[in-house]
Amino acid sequence: MQQVFTRPESLKDVQTHFCPGCQHGTVHRLVAEALDQFGVQQKTIGVASVGCSVFLYGYFDIDVVEAPHGRAPAVATGVKRARPDSFVFTYQGDGDLAAIGTAEIIHAANRGEDITVIFVNNTTYGMTGGQMAPTTLVGQKTSTSPYGRNKAKDGAPIKMAEVLAQLGGVAYSARVAVNSPKNVLQAKKVIKRAFQFQAEGKGFSFVEVLSSCPTNWGMAPLAANERIGEEMIPYFPLGVFKDDPIAQD
Amino acid sequence: MGRIEIDEIRCKGCGICTVACPKQLIKLCDKANIQGYTPAEAVNQELCTGCALCAEICPDVAIKVFR
Ligand SMILES: Cc1ncc(C[n+]2csc(CCOP(=O)(O)OP(=O)(O)O)c2C)c(N)n1
Ligand code: SF4
Ligand code: SF4
Ligand code: SF4
Ligand SMILES: [Mg+2]
Repeated sequence: MQQVFTRPESLKDVQTHFCPGCQHGTVHRLVAEALDQFGVQQKTIGVASVGCSVFLYGYFDIDVVEAPHGRAPAVATGVKRARPDSFVFTYQGDGDLAAIGTAEIIHAANRGEDITVIFVNNTTYGMTGGQMAPTTLVGQKTSTSPYGRNKAKDGAPIKMAEVLAQLGGVAYSARVAVNSPKNVLQAKKVIKRAFQFQAEGKGFSFVEVLSSCPTNWGMAPLAANERIGEEMIPYFPLGVFKDDPIAQD
Repeated sequence: MGRIEIDEIRCKGCGICTVACPKQLIKLCDKANIQGYTPAEAVNQELCTGCALCAEICPDVAIKVFR
């Protein structure tokens, strides 16, 4: 028998600090696998954000720059412009990207920077104890919305993949989930497609991944995983919202 | 014909693989590992197809698959 599933080379063989069932681990693995497949481990510079994925540099066997909260797309812009031959991705949570970092993501996307953004939407600020994020679902109880998110007061959850797809600089924008083997396999394809744009220098690519935070949702890992299918996907539809290579001259 | 190996030290006992396996060949055991979690263990391995769906879903990359 041959080994048919193994840890990607770009992912260090170390224990992670993630809670049981936390899908940051799954997303790390899929990104590392895609880096391996493109053969870009040696020239990749990841840009980490602030949130539970802050230890990206400890888990990926690549070079990583740590950005201040929300600023990863701005830092990645600088990295890519200074080192155009490098392969640059950011990895950001929903608090990081859709709240404190809204300006940076919108403008990097609108400028069409040749970077890839991996956006992990778990509908909460995981690291800091589960506060309401712009992506928190209506009615979802968090430590700062103890009666549930109120649409009249707090607005409706923001759909970043659809928002960014509207911008001229964006070549690719998609949303995936990692709650079932089928969705994981689809997520793998989508992340590779996003990396393809960067490999060819064809503009900004964005992948939103619906992910669980069992700890701050107050759920066991299996129940949290089910919530993705039952509550998140109906509001945040999976799909590709833009797939349009930008001709660079 | 397949076979899996679960890293019982890395496994965090989340149980997601137990429902992902189409043949239900994975169970959580009741003895805690060094992290304090009850890890998954493979049962009835002769029925394993090596489809790797358990490994694809595992957030902790704790499963190796052979086929
Ligand atoms: C400038 C600044 N403001 C606030 C914080 C506190 N802080 C740390 S992580 C975080 C939110 C992270 O949430 P998210 O991006 O969704 O990541 P998750 O942990 O859910 O993956 C906040 C507000 C900080 N570290 N720096
Ligand atoms: S707090 Fe939530 S996002 Fe952070 S590691 Fe735990 S489960 Fe994952
Ligand atoms: S490889 Fe497939 S059949 Fe074998 S244990 Fe994993 S999910 Fe089940
Ligand atoms: S999915 Fe992975 S971490 Fe979770 S119980 Fe199975 S082997 Fe352990
Ligand atoms: Mg979050």
